[in-house]
Amino acid sequence: MPEINSGDTAWVLISTALVLVMTPALAFFYGGMVRRKNVLSTLNLSFITIALISIQWVLFGYSLAFGKGFGSLLGGFSFLGLQGVGAAPNPDYAATIPHLAFAAFQMMFAIITPALITGAFVERVRFKTYLLFTLLWATLVYDPVAHWVWGAGGFLRQLGALDFAGGTVVHVLAGFSALAFALVIGARKGYGKAPMEPHNIPFTVLGAGLLWMGWFGFNGGSALAANGIAVNALVTTNTAAAAAALSWMFISWRDNKPSVLGVVTGAVVGLVAITPAAGYVTPASAIVIGAVAAPISYSCIKLRKKMNLDESLDVWACHGMGGTWGALATGIFATKLVNPSGANGLLAGNPGQLLIQAAAVTVSILFAFGMTFVIAQILRRAVGLRVTSNEEEVGLDISEHGEPAYA
Amino acid sequence: MTKKIEAIIREEKLEDVKNALHKIGIVGMNTFEVRGHGRQGGITLSGRNGSYQVDMLPRVQINIILSDHNVEKTIQTIREAATTGKIGDGLIFIYPVSQVVRIRTGERGHEALMYPDDIDAKRVSGGEEVNVAVGMELDNFFTE
Repeated sequence: MPEINSGDTAWVLISTALVLVMTPALAFFYGGMVRRKNVLSTLNLSFITIALISIQWVLFGYSLAFGKGFGSLLGGFSFLGLQGVGAAPNPDYAATIPHLAFAAFQMMFAIITPALITGAFVERVRFKTYLLFTLLWATLVYDPVAHWVWGAGGFLRQLGALDFAGGTVVHVLAGFSALAFALVIGARKGYGKAPMEPHNIPFTVLGAGLLWMGWFGFNGGSALAANGIAVNALVTTNTAAAAAALSWMFISWRDNKPSVLGVVTGAVVGLVAITPAAGYVTPASAIVIGAVAAPISYSCIKLRKKMNLDESLDVWACHGMGGTWGALATGIFATKLVNPSGANGLLAGNPGQLLIQAAAVTVSILFAFGMTFVIAQILRRAVGLRVTSNEEEVGLDISEHGEPAYA
Repeated sequence: MTKKIEAIIREEKLEDVKNALHKIGIVGMNTFEVRGHGRQGGITLSGRNGSYQVDMLPRVQINIILSDHNVEKTIQTIREAATTGKIGDGLIFIYPVSQVVRIRTGERGHEALMYPDDIDAKRVSGGEEVNVAVGMELDNFFTE
């Protein structure tokens, strides 16, 4: 039996806690950007996801993603109820930490991904429908793709696609699912006519700062060991966030003034973009990855606005397109000098890796968009996606929860 | 003669009322967040464990200073935009105003109330659609 390393285990446990905090951080990041009558509703969409997916993950989510039995497209029933997932390591995933630590760490990723999608439909979604959607989405979209990319025998993993910490599984899936859901649910009442200004940008700044910190666990912890690769991931993560924040600042400065909301959005986009690459690229490459991510997301927001599409908090532009860039950038900048168990990318003389990355990301985009579109359409007919027009005017805090945010 | 309209309306109707007023050429106004209750008393909200009663409800107060001959049309417009038919739609109060002075120019009375494209300009132009200026340049925040 492989030996458990206490340093590795400690780091993964700490990282689990860091990634957990990212979901309430996201709640504040989003909560600041909505109108004051919807802030509790927006915070709750993220917070309740922690509770909901924690249970889903223990009961069957982990098994569907990382279990065995159904081949290369879905896990299996081998770990239902986390049966057999205990103190002994599982060498398929992490040979030096308890299997249960790996399952717990992965649980936090399964939680934040559906929470990311909520930015698409804040201020109008029916709470009941959101609960159903998240349960269906986690089971039918997240769990299969997590298996494809990370599961033992998963087909994208066998293809050789690199995704260090979930650029594809988390960000591309969330971003393109957000796009599909926004198309089905439609715009907020008065979108484009009435001003919908962010009601508390300090919340958003606070959320972004906590996301940045949590991301050290998200990416650093994905090394699943307290080693040089974890350190590399932590440094590339910080570097890409910094480069993207500066890059966004300069772009928004050229357009008007250096917006604070822009700077913190830039940092998050940089964190998204480095996610698949963190353990495979050098810190110098991370500067380029971050700096290029900002103009990509920035112009996607402009495009989205021009198309008059109310994907309200730009999950697609920031996570979908930032994640897509990150996945491709991994195929460009990856080098075995950083991580011998990774692969070389385009610049290290292996153009094939870029093709593999492009294939993996394309499959994920099509699956996420298609599945979410179908799930949202079914829910729209079966239970309805939106609150009534009057409930939307009054705000979801009162109409869905019966609680005002500010007394 | 100059009048002041003080309208207390539902928060969520502010956008509709503002747009309706812009359409008839009422281009200047102040809004306040207020709390209170009339005949409807209070409302039951949900808390950590069951429910609790609140008697001061949030409303928006709109203040408009305008010439006498525009008051009736403005009242009608506010009523049309702010009515839901349910208890709690609010109230409108009218007061006399003895003088108006525009600080920047020193203009007084009716002069101080005039804006390009306002309700009186529309009366002269025969009620055709006039665009109300929305948004001034950021530079206007600064005085030097």
